[in-house]
Amino acid sequence: MTVERKHHEENEELEWISKSLRHAVPPLAATGLRRDLWPQMLERLNESQLRTAWHSRVSWLDWALLGVAAAAMLFFPALIPALLYHL
Amino acid sequence: MDPLQRFAAGDLGAFEALFRQYQNEVYRWIVRIVRDRAAAEELTVETFWRLHKARARLDPAGNCPAWLRRVATNLAIDHLRHARPTEPLLAEPQDPSQSDCAEQAETRLAIRKALAELSPKLQVVVQLGLIEEEPYSCIAESLGISIGAVKLRMFRALGILRKKLQQQGIRP
Repeated sequence: MTVERKHHEENEELEWISKSLRHAVPPLAATGLRRDLWPQMLERLNESQLRTAWHSRVSWLDWALLGVAAAAMLFFPALIPALLYHL
Repeated sequence: MDPLQRFAAGDLGAFEALFRQYQNEVYRWIVRIVRDRAAAEELTVETFWRLHKARARLDPAGNCPAWLRRVATNLAIDHLRHARPTEPLLAEPQDPSQSDCAEQAETRLAIRKALAELSPKLQVVVQLGLIEEEPYSCIAESLGISIGAVKLRMFRALGILRKKLQQQGIRP
């Protein structure tokens, strides 16, 4: 079989695959939205605002102090009664 | 002032205007890749959410639909990566008269299965370029690659499909 003929056959095969694909998986060009997605978007925005508000209410310094206190109690459990006494 | 400029300045009303203007376009782009209405709706919202998050570094003179299409394409590819290969393909062939033969139905099924088994990057190119007949320039822009790279992916995808179908004894 010549190289040219092999190429020709391959191209024909690819063309067949292309046609078969279009037949097996029909295009969805006319598919549009069935509903307005804005309410869903708004919900997402509100959720994120709430999360941001909660995060911004507690400052990073408070989180740092809480972290230091938790670490101190973890590594020096004897501090717990002393801390409770002073509270 | 342009809605994109107003949105970049933090105006929620402008964001709503942009959302309403492009939601259908973005959805239609995504559904043609993922072929699942519910997932396409979710990904549409996610695309606009990314736009909202990126507002501070958005170029007000930029091309908003192109930006959205690019983000939507990446999200759709991600979805294909995680939802494959059990994802059902939307829509059956519209002309049953041409497809009632059992052998044809089997071939169709094998082709759909082979397509679903392609890597998401190749699948996107085949679905948009071959099935939906989108221009290569548009596909290239949405994937952030050159037209030559799109053609190469298409050629590779068709080669893989040919091999898979040959293995199942399906030939022209």
